[in-house]
Amino acid sequence: MNNPLINYLLHLADTTLILSHRNSEWCGHGPILEQDIALTNISLDLLGQARLFYQYAAQLINESKKAEGVKAPSPQGERVGDEVNEDTLAYLRTERQFKNLLLAEQPNSDWGQTILRQYLYSQFQQLLFQQLQHHNDEHIAAIATKSLKETNYHVRWSSEWVIRLGDGTAESKQRMLHAINELWCYTGEMFIAADYELHLNIDFNDINNRWTEKVNTVFAEAALILPSGGGGAVFMQTGGKTGTHTEHLGYILADLQYLQRAYPNSQW
Amino acid sequence: MVNTANISKELLLGILETVTDPEVPVLTINDLGILRDVQLKDDGSVEVFITPTYNGCPAMDMIATNIRLALAEHGIQNIKVTSVLSPAWTTDWMSEEGKRKLKEYGIAPPQYSSGHSRWPNDNVTCPHCNSQHTNLISEFGSTACKALYQCNDCQEPFDYFKCH
Repeated sequence: MNNPLINYLLHLADTTLILSHRNSEWCGHGPILEQDIALTNISLDLLGQARLFYQYAAQLINESKKAEGVKAPSPQGERVGDEVNEDTLAYLRTERQFKNLLLAEQPNSDWGQTILRQYLYSQFQQLLFQQLQHHNDEHIAAIATKSLKETNYHVRWSSEWVIRLGDGTAESKQRMLHAINELWCYTGEMFIAADYELHLNIDFNDINNRWTEKVNTVFAEAALILPSGGGGAVFMQTGGKTGTHTEHLGYILADLQYLQRAYPNSQW
Repeated sequence: MVNTANISKELLLGILETVTDPEVPVLTINDLGILRDVQLKDDGSVEVFITPTYNGCPAMDMIATNIRLALAEHGIQNIKVTSVLSPAWTTDWMSEEGKRKLKEYGIAPPQYSSGHSRWPNDNVTCPHCNSQHTNLISEFGSTACKALYQCNDCQEPFDYFKCH
C-alpha cells in the first residue's frame, strides 16, 4: 500500500509507540518516585497518541483494501483476510515495516540521556503539532490539537530537566555532554522528509529553524554546547522513517510483540 | 427489555448522570465534561458520545464499560459508545458543582482557564486548610490529569487537577 497519508500516520504512530515503550522501561527505576511517575505519565500520553494514529491508519487501510478488493495480505500487519486494527499494526509488523524515528528507539542509558531524548523529540513534536493542528485532514488536525496540550507539558518538564542537569554539577554536566554526543546524529532525520511526507503540506524547514532556535535557547540556559558549536556540518543518520533501523529496534519489538506472536489473538 | 417508546433523552441523561470517573469517584462523567451527547436512534439503539480527557487515560475504557452497564440496568442493550476528539477536552468544561465536589474530596480543582499559560500555577489553594501558601512538588501526579503540591501551612501534600 503506497498511500502517503497511511505511511505518514504509521510513522507518527510508530515513533510515539516506540518512545513510549522506551520511557516505560524506566517504570520502577526512576531516580526519585515523582520523576518515575512523571516519565511514565509521559509514556501514557505518547501511547494514547500512538493509538489514535494507529486507529486512523487502520481505518484508512481497511477502506482502501475494500475499495481495491485486496484479498492477499499486504505488509501492513494484518492476518490473511482480516481487517487491520490498532493492535495488528503495533504487534504484527516487522522491524523493516516500522517507520519510527531512530531517536525514539535509542536505548536508555542514564537519566540525563533519557531526559535529553525526550526534550529533543518533544520540542520537535510541539512544533510539528502546532502545524498539524491546522492540517487540511480534519482527523489529523483533531489528534494534533488534542495532543498538543500534552506535548506542551512534556516540553516544559523535559527542558527544565535539561537546564537543571546541564547547569548542575560537574558530573551531571559531563553526562549531558555525553548524551548530546550520543543522540545528536539522530536529530537530523526529523527534518528530512521521507517520500511519503513530500506532499502532505508540512513545512519541515520552518520546523527545523524554530526547533534549532528553541534548542539553542535551552542549551544556552543549560550552559551546554552543541556539537560543532551549533553550526557546520555534523553527520546525521537517517533511515528510520523508511524502515532501516539501528539494531535496537528488533529487541524492542521482540519484547513488545512476543505475546501476540506466541499466542495469537490472546486478550488481556 | 423496556419499551423503547418510553425512553427519552432526559431519561438517558439521568442514567448517564450516575456514571462516575473510576479515578475520581466523586465526579460524574457529566461533571468532568467527558459526556458530550446522547442520541436515541429510530431503531431503539442508543449512541453515547464521550471525549477522552488525556489521550492515554486508562479510565476511558472503564468509563465506556460503566456507561454500558448503567444503561443495561435500565434494560437498554443496544448501545454504541463513540469517542469524539474534536473539540478537544478542556478543564473549562468542568462544572462548578464538580469543582466543589473535587475540593471536598481533597483534590484542588483547576483554578485557571485552560488558556492560562503560567506554570506552575500560582496560589493553588490547599483543599484541606484553604491556604494559598503552597508549592509544587511534581508536575505529574498520581494520574495524568493531576500535579502534586504541598501546603506550607498544614504541611499536607495534595493533588491539584491541572488546567488543561
